[in-house]
Amino acid sequence: MEDPLKPTDTNDPEYFHKVVDCQFACPAHTPVPEYIRLIAQERYTDAYMINWESNVFPGVLGRTCDRPCEPACRRGRVEEEPVAICRLKRVAADFKGDVKGLMPGAGPKNGKKIALIGGGPASLTVARDLAPLGYEMHLFDAQEKGGGFMRSEIPTFRLPVEVLDEEVNYVLDMGVHAHFNTYVDSLQSVLDKDYDAVFVGCGAPRGRDLPNLPGRTEAGANIHIGLDWLASVAFDHIKSIGKRVIVLGGGNTAMDCCRTSRRLGGEDVKVIVRSPFEDMKASPWEKEDAIHEGIPILDNHVPKEFVHKDGKLVGMTFEKVEAQYDKDGKRSLVPTGEDLVHVACDDVLIAIGQENSFPWIEKSTGVRFTSWGTPIINDDETFQSTNKKVFFGGDAAFGPANIITAVAHGHKAAVSIDMYCRGLDPEVGRPDPHVTLVSQKMGIHEWSYDSIPVTDKREAVPLVDLEQALKSKTLEVELGFDAETAFVQAERCLNCDAQTVFTESACIECDACTDICPTSCISFVENAEEPELRQNLLVPADNAEQDLYVSGELPTGKVMVKDEDVCLHCGLCAERCPTAAWDMQKFYYTMAKAAPVLVEAAE
Amino acid sequence: MSYIKPKFRHPRLPANRLGFTVADYDGAISTLCAGCGHDSISAAIRNACFESSIPPHRIAKVSGIGCSSKMPTYFLGKSHGFNSVHGRMPSVATGASLANRDLTYIGVSGDGDTASIGMGQFIHLIRRNVNMTYIVANNGCYGLTKGQDSATADLGSVAKGGAVNPFEGIDLASLAILQGASFVARSFSGDKGQLEPLIRAAMAHKGFAFIDVVSPCVTFNNHVGSTKSYTETREHLDAMPLDFVPMRDEITTQYAEGTTQNVTLHDGSVIHLHKADSSYRTDDRRAAMDSVQQADEDGRILTGLLFLDPDSQDLNQSLNLATRPLNELGKDELCPGSKVLKSINEGLR
Repeated sequence: MEDPLKPTDTNDPEYFHKVVDCQFACPAHTPVPEYIRLIAQERYTDAYMINWESNVFPGVLGRTCDRPCEPACRRGRVEEEPVAICRLKRVAADFKGDVKGLMPGAGPKNGKKIALIGGGPASLTVARDLAPLGYEMHLFDAQEKGGGFMRSEIPTFRLPVEVLDEEVNYVLDMGVHAHFNTYVDSLQSVLDKDYDAVFVGCGAPRGRDLPNLPGRTEAGANIHIGLDWLASVAFDHIKSIGKRVIVLGGGNTAMDCCRTSRRLGGEDVKVIVRSPFEDMKASPWEKEDAIHEGIPILDNHVPKEFVHKDGKLVGMTFEKVEAQYDKDGKRSLVPTGEDLVHVACDDVLIAIGQENSFPWIEKSTGVRFTSWGTPIINDDETFQSTNKKVFFGGDAAFGPANIITAVAHGHKAAVSIDMYCRGLDPEVGRPDPHVTLVSQKMGIHEWSYDSIPVTDKREAVPLVDLEQALKSKTLEVELGFDAETAFVQAERCLNCDAQTVFTESACIECDACTDICPTSCISFVENAEEPELRQNLLVPADNAEQDLYVSGELPTGKVMVKDEDVCLHCGLCAERCPTAAWDMQKFYYTMAKAAPVLVEAAE
Repeated sequence: MSYIKPKFRHPRLPANRLGFTVADYDGAISTLCAGCGHDSISAAIRNACFESSIPPHRIAKVSGIGCSSKMPTYFLGKSHGFNSVHGRMPSVATGASLANRDLTYIGVSGDGDTASIGMGQFIHLIRRNVNMTYIVANNGCYGLTKGQDSATADLGSVAKGGAVNPFEGIDLASLAILQGASFVARSFSGDKGQLEPLIRAAMAHKGFAFIDVVSPCVTFNNHVGSTKSYTETREHLDAMPLDFVPMRDEITTQYAEGTTQNVTLHDGSVIHLHKADSSYRTDDRRAAMDSVQQADEDGRILTGLLFLDPDSQDLNQSLNLATRPLNELGKDELCPGSKVLKSINEGLR
């Protein structure tokens, strides 16, 4: 035995954090199980505030989040479907009471001024975190209202304006000086003013085009860049589209474009994408929503030409391809040799990606860029650029991502800005996450949470009638869960934050835990090197992404090894333990923020 | 307290030859004290039946009264079971075994159920060599009535209340060897590595197979001064490890010469007994008695397969009974009619 595993250091908060798969996967590390339990207890306001502290836009995200938490959810490994985390978040937002009084206000002025360029989720998060500390926040945005892409790119039938306004205003109401309808065309001019730091959260605003495709110029009047078109729709500058629409692209923007087209007069709307259906970037549920609205998705079609007649677009031709993958999994799209496909249309929306664009940042500012056009940033903790006074976050930092990532950037950048303004190096001595670990024992064999998992299946959110939905640009398609469904769905959560904490000095090696464990997670074996140890367990621990929890040596010379992979957190190991060597302890973790901790773990 | 076990199991649970997972051999959730040795025995029985690929519906569990005798509820939920009167499980087991010789019988009893109230029945079960596995969960006390000394409590063992036991305990394994049992073993609930192959071998054995399992009472007999606590048992354990290889499996493992003794059972299964530098012989009844006595004198708890006669005659053979279960015999076979009676009578004239 050359290198047996060392006992797991559970004092490192990242160990237990990783066990809470959903929270670990969330860029902003929202304490998911905690708020889901509160929803089951009908404590919607508390559930909302836990969300709000972590992700600032629970109502928005409960409808639009990319949900990195759901593929990570342990429930998806134990049965088929993960917990409906995203839509439960919406439940908290839908049913909450008045939360205004629970929000922090602007702190006593500390004399420092911060400029925020762009009014999207990253900037608003920075404002949320710094305003309570007394910073004077100045937010600049070219749009007439705050929210950035949340407002201009997400159609109102997915995200009602009132929901967005409410959550944007919670931040703006913290004494933020908002300068709307103000396009910043020079970073230098901002730096020349007396701001102590500048945060750039302007997104990745440039939609990709197909400038070299034949006919692009001639038929230009009916060819639109998806991003710009969605924004024009959002601000009512565009109110209609032709009957036959082609949407090029396979991402979520393409899905928003096609569904919006259906509501603006498009009757025959098609999404046409180069890649195979499975490889499309759009979230699976967004593809489903589009198909549900009668929008076919033609995959493996590469655009060749905009066909025009008498200066007017009449259709497009495509080459059919098939995807071939080499041994490294690298994809190439190989033409099938079939005839070109002609698709007639009145309008084309190009939604094939977006990129960063900083024409307004001068060389003189000292802000340098990578060859991909993104700013050179210290790392993904500090978000400090090559000008130490300038910080980036959201899509502006590393290119297009999503709202929850922008929020996470905002939290981290706010910490950096606060440190920088206090004369500290943002790279050194950053604050620790806020962590508590508390036993959930209520009685001899009783826990504070519903420990035995239910077998209810995941349910889809009900939708409004399709015909009605397609008639309105603003009618929200998803109805949200009612309280009863929300309870059942909330109870599906396995409470992965109820950690199985093992105290080896108390263990008498009676095997009670390993005998009772429904998912055979716990083994008492001789220690070994990790690959060997993983094979020696009751069921081999083949999911290498999940850690092993290893104890020190027990009196018989064996060690306790728990494979975290499919632990149900049912607490039976602790119930059957005669010496309380196992205990179920609630692990509450929130990422470090500049603002003081607002919400503690629920009692 | 949780009274149901979650429905979910590990999605990659291995399956046995029949396609069952170990979960198919589970019973209800235990209501015994947390940490009870008996639960480990339940798990060992479950694992043994799974490993040996015995169809759950071909097993019958029989028991008497006591903590031990509650155990059959907690394993093999899809098998037959009979929870009988205190100390009277042997009668039920004998009858069942005669009525249906094709089932695998697992009797679970305790030190009270066997060594006190059931002693009279137990001894005859041995004498008749009923084809069954008989497991005693032996904790040396009456856990169900708050821990009074039982008949197997060791001399000098201190009860939880402080009283020192003035009597010599009954050693059920010695008794079984002396009485002529064809398979006698002893084990420890905390040593599944040994207990599971022993149970598998016992179930494969044709005849009466007895396993005395030291099974600490975590509530009333797990303190300093008790000779049957987890700590005391581990400290004095002298375990003879073994492997069980069923008839259908090829023997692939190689052992160093002189360290392993192989015993072939009636059905062709093989037991490998490992004991470095040992002259222990499982086929010598008198030597087995000696070894157990010697270990006792040395303060060692000798565990493992103590004695085995693989070719003994079980009750069905001794009585020359029908080779098929009664429930498979038709009316004509059970009631051959007056013609046959007449012919018998003719033969006796």
